[in-house]
Amino acid sequence: MAETTYTIIDDGRVAVLGAREGAELLRRAEAEGRPVAVDHEARAAYLGVTARARAAALASLEAPDFTLPDLEGRLHSLSEHRGKKVLLVAYASW
Amino acid sequence: MISVAVDRGPEAARPWIEAARPTHPSLIDARHRLADLYNMVNVPTVVWIDERGRIARPNDVAFGTDTFRRITGIEAARHQDALRAWVRGELPVMPDERVRALQSLPTDADQQARAEFGLGQWLWEAGRSDAAARHFVRAGELAPHDFMIRRGTMPIRGIDPMGPQFRSMLEEWTAAGHRYYRPLPDA
Repeated sequence: MAETTYTIIDDGRVAVLGAREGAELLRRAEAEGRPVAVDHEARAAYLGVTARARAAALASLEAPDFTLPDLEGRLHSLSEHRGKKVLLVAYASW
Repeated sequence: MISVAVDRGPEAARPWIEAARPTHPSLIDARHRLADLYNMVNVPTVVWIDERGRIARPNDVAFGTDTFRRITGIEAARHQDALRAWVRGELPVMPDERVRALQSLPTDADQQARAEFGLGQWLWEAGRSDAAARHFVRAGELAPHDFMIRRGTMPIRGIDPMGPQFRSMLEEWTAAGHRYYRPLPDA
């Protein structure tokens, strides 16, 4: 019989793990005080980043780097713009 | 300039981007990466980042035009004039302590909400819409001020983000004494 698997999304990175391994990862994340969202039916969990870590990064005033795709799927990073002033604009169609 | 559509996917943002034909990077953030990193809770949100990668001015609300001015009460020129002055080097550098004082930092509940959103988004991408909706709703309950989550997930949940459910959410929020847009105080 195939082992039951769990999908764990760790800060956006997806891993499919065996039951014991998955439970261990969740236990460790909770022990570290990380936000954990679980869906038992889908056997999936999302491990987020603590408010403390995000707040410390923002308070350092170093703009958090990110890499995101454009419409054609090409990836762009904030760090490619070092040396220029950047206006970062978040918007949406909704 | 870097613009980021915090939308359910490239197809939701495509008509806007194709009409605008931007020459700057115009990116898509279906998984709310930017919202998580910068503690963004609504759109539009603007951040100034200087040549050294330092946050020169934290999250603010700014519009490109005055189309919605009567509703938002926010004049486009307010930000545009300041932005031009900054680009020309005519604005004094905002001291670190002032930038920090203007920042809004995430709470544990905000980050729990983002974990619930992240799980919901993954479930939705995996085709499990019903399960996804439960986590989106839970995320909104944890962070009722986070309209990136509450309104931004409406299209995925089959709800019109400009329709009656949005309007009643907005009325409830403002009746409780909160503001929907929270711009930085005038300098």
